[in-house]
Amino acid sequence: MHSGLNISQTDDRPMYLQIMEQIRQRIAAGDWEAGKELPSIRALAADLRVSVITVKRAYLDLESEGVIVTRHGKGSFVADAGGLAGEIHEQKLDEHLAAAAGIARLLGHSDDELHARLRRAKRNLDRK
Amino acid sequence: MSTGNLIEMRGVRKAFRFFTLEDLTLDLAPGQIMGFVGPNGAGKSTTIRLMLGMLGADAGEIRLLGSPMPEAQALAKRDVGFVSDTMRLFPQASLGWHLSFVASIYPRWDSAYAAQLVKRFNLRLEQTVRGLSSGEHAKAALLLALARRPRLLVLDEPTAGLDPVARHEVLTELMDVLRDESRSILFSSHNTVDVERISDTITFLDRGRIVESRDKEQFLDAWRRIQLRVPPGSTLPELPNIVNRIDDGQFTTLTTNGFTESVLPLLGERVREVQRMSLEEIFVATVMHHRETRS
Repeated sequence: MHSGLNISQTDDRPMYLQIMEQIRQRIAAGDWEAGKELPSIRALAADLRVSVITVKRAYLDLESEGVIVTRHGKGSFVADAGGLAGEIHEQKLDEHLAAAAGIARLLGHSDDELHARLRRAKRNLDRK
Repeated sequence: MSTGNLIEMRGVRKAFRFFTLEDLTLDLAPGQIMGFVGPNGAGKSTTIRLMLGMLGADAGEIRLLGSPMPEAQALAKRDVGFVSDTMRLFPQASLGWHLSFVASIYPRWDSAYAAQLVKRFNLRLEQTVRGLSSGEHAKAALLLALARRPRLLVLDEPTAGLDPVARHEVLTELMDVLRDESRSILFSSHNTVDVERISDTITFLDRGRIVESRDKEQFLDAWRRIQLRVPPGSTLPELPNIVNRIDDGQFTTLTTNGFTESVLPLLGERVREVQRMSLEEIFVATVMHHRETRS
């Protein structure tokens, strides 16, 4: 089994951080969806040729961040809501809304008009 | 002292005329890789021979797979694979002959796995040992130990003299062993890059003593180099766990083996950079510090 993750020897960051970062990226990109089972600690360690303790540390830290959940005897899974994917989407929403508000001000639209436009955009989406 | 550990040493001592191994205490738990690091002449190979019951200790207790050493060495050895770079295979015989020879001794020999390893290590069964390069010889010896599927592999310098491709092949196979969580590996090496990468615990040996034996992540977390700029007239506060200090004009470098974020406010604006250290740097600093405090 190949996870596609890799460890760089020229990267100054410790190996467990490199693993965490790559897992976060896959979840944020949507490649690893909520509920997906992660490789077991031993399988990922063998795959990356790094010690079991390094992968264990990465998983524990991701768990305390709420990105993954570990069920004893069952393995580790990408966390559902409230995890990283949710957080990143929330952040994205705020950014887009701020940009929209900026453009509305540029065009001189009132708040009511902006709200109406947002409702219309949502209605169009729901119809599809 | 029965904890399920594959190796247990308690207060082991062995004296030679010019060299003494003293107070050796270490544990290797199932499913773990221990990297055994030390300068030349530190006593790594002798410690390994004590562990395996090839040498009797003057004092202390040694258990291998739960059995006392050296009394039960024949029993324990059935489940221990030992490879050292001083071990030589029979020069006249082929690799294939060696495979059948070892298979005839060990009932758990896995011939399908052996055949896979021959392929992965780019070896040929009909080749005589005399014609093998040193790297091929090392891979052949490792193959003979791996295919027995022992619970414990003890490897003295398994990657010494291997080219980068062969090292990659060997490390891949070692990590594959660890997919089974009841098996363990102890390996000695000068190559701290390999040790840093694949070990769960690391033991430093210097001049016949164990200087440190710890979980690798703890090791890497505890050590930092702190680069400071200390303006004239300003003095540094007394800090704990500083193993080395180098002053160069206004620039000071502190090396600590017990780093916590809480020291940074004490140093304030003098901090220019906090650097993590590689295992090699930690190893050298540990050995130097240990020698200073002992002399």
